[in-house]
Amino acid sequence: MELTEKHVEGLKELLYKMADDQLIIGHRNSEWTGLGPLLEEDIAFSSMAQDKIGQAHALYELLEQLGEQDPDTVAFMRNDTQFHCCQLAELPIGEFDFSLIRQFFFDHAEALRFEMLQNSIFEPLAMVARKFRGEVKYHTMHADIWLKQLGHGTEESKTRMQNAINETFGLALGIFEPGDYETELQEVGIFAGEAALQAAWLEKISPIVQQAGLRLPDISEVTPAYGGRKGIHTPHLQPLLDEMTEVFRIDPAADW
Amino acid sequence: MTEREQGIWHALESVKDPEIPPLSIVDLGIVTRIEFLENEQPKVTLTPTFSGCPALKMMEQMVADKLRELGYTHPEVTTTFEVQWNSNMISEKGLAALKQHGLAPPPRHDGYIELDVLSDTPCPLCGSRNTTLQTPFGPTLCRSMHYCNHCKNAFEAFKPVG
Repeated sequence: MELTEKHVEGLKELLYKMADDQLIIGHRNSEWTGLGPLLEEDIAFSSMAQDKIGQAHALYELLEQLGEQDPDTVAFMRNDTQFHCCQLAELPIGEFDFSLIRQFFFDHAEALRFEMLQNSIFEPLAMVARKFRGEVKYHTMHADIWLKQLGHGTEESKTRMQNAINETFGLALGIFEPGDYETELQEVGIFAGEAALQAAWLEKISPIVQQAGLRLPDISEVTPAYGGRKGIHTPHLQPLLDEMTEVFRIDPAADW
Repeated sequence: MTEREQGIWHALESVKDPEIPPLSIVDLGIVTRIEFLENEQPKVTLTPTFSGCPALKMMEQMVADKLRELGYTHPEVTTTFEVQWNSNMISEKGLAALKQHGLAPPPRHDGYIELDVLSDTPCPLCGSRNTTLQTPFGPTLCRSMHYCNHCKNAFEAFKPVG
């Protein structure tokens, strides 16, 4: 089947949301640099930030090949309403429990997304997905270990993890906000779609949560935090962008 | 492989990983293709160890410099994901170079990596397997941190990547 304009539009939409997720959550992870509760966690979140920003760059490069602007311009010159990250990605780091649960929910979703995309008919995306998958493996391992440790830790750690799960689950469902081209992407084999990804994600994380002695809220009683994919964001995104782009806006040719 | 291609493979063995000086980029396994373009200039294709590896741009530059040293005026160096790097692509010589640098080399793997692969990493200093993984993240993306219960030294390992 040949790719029509709609397929290409769908592909761009998919790449933008993936790249923006990686850039924004990568930036948030980097905010733990110097603040981690343990030196190892400081390094872990900083390393994961570096991976995600590297992945964002590779995805923006794919967009450039499809006719979009170059990665720096795309990353640094847009305002919040032009970003397609999910709202989960943009929230401030909060306390460590929130950041960990966000990492657990988000990284399992992206690991599965990359797994699905390994066989995408859009070969440039399949190639990066195969690469990212190995990198993200270390991120999901990190999240799983902490979930288990803190889920079986003290009364306080259990309560904190459970509360963070309850408060973050709806935001995590926002990852899977359907795009405008779900059918087009599926019919040609570019991507199996957000609904399939959400189902795989629930199947993956449910036993891990259970083994940690914690529970997921009843999905039918939770409202997914949609909007991010369409440029509707919380008030937390624009200040992040202002900070991230400060140097670029002062001197776009700055080098170091 | 033509002789001139072979010459470039050979020359690139003297281009070292800026973060691990005894290790050449050829032994690291990131040189995926060497070819000659119609204009008789060489083109070298690299693949990143990690997408976020900050040494990559520097390595591209080092390869281009080496090619110019060989007398090529317009060499091309590019990085793509066509071949996806994994730690099995490090040569035997590369594994030995890692060890020489004090980094435990990554174990060969079948693509399926779990944390227990990292938990009994042999100490590069004394060889003991009585070691503890401290964190799968380290000072660079490709390293994990360990402690040897036998010789009581902290050490780093080049981690396995699938």
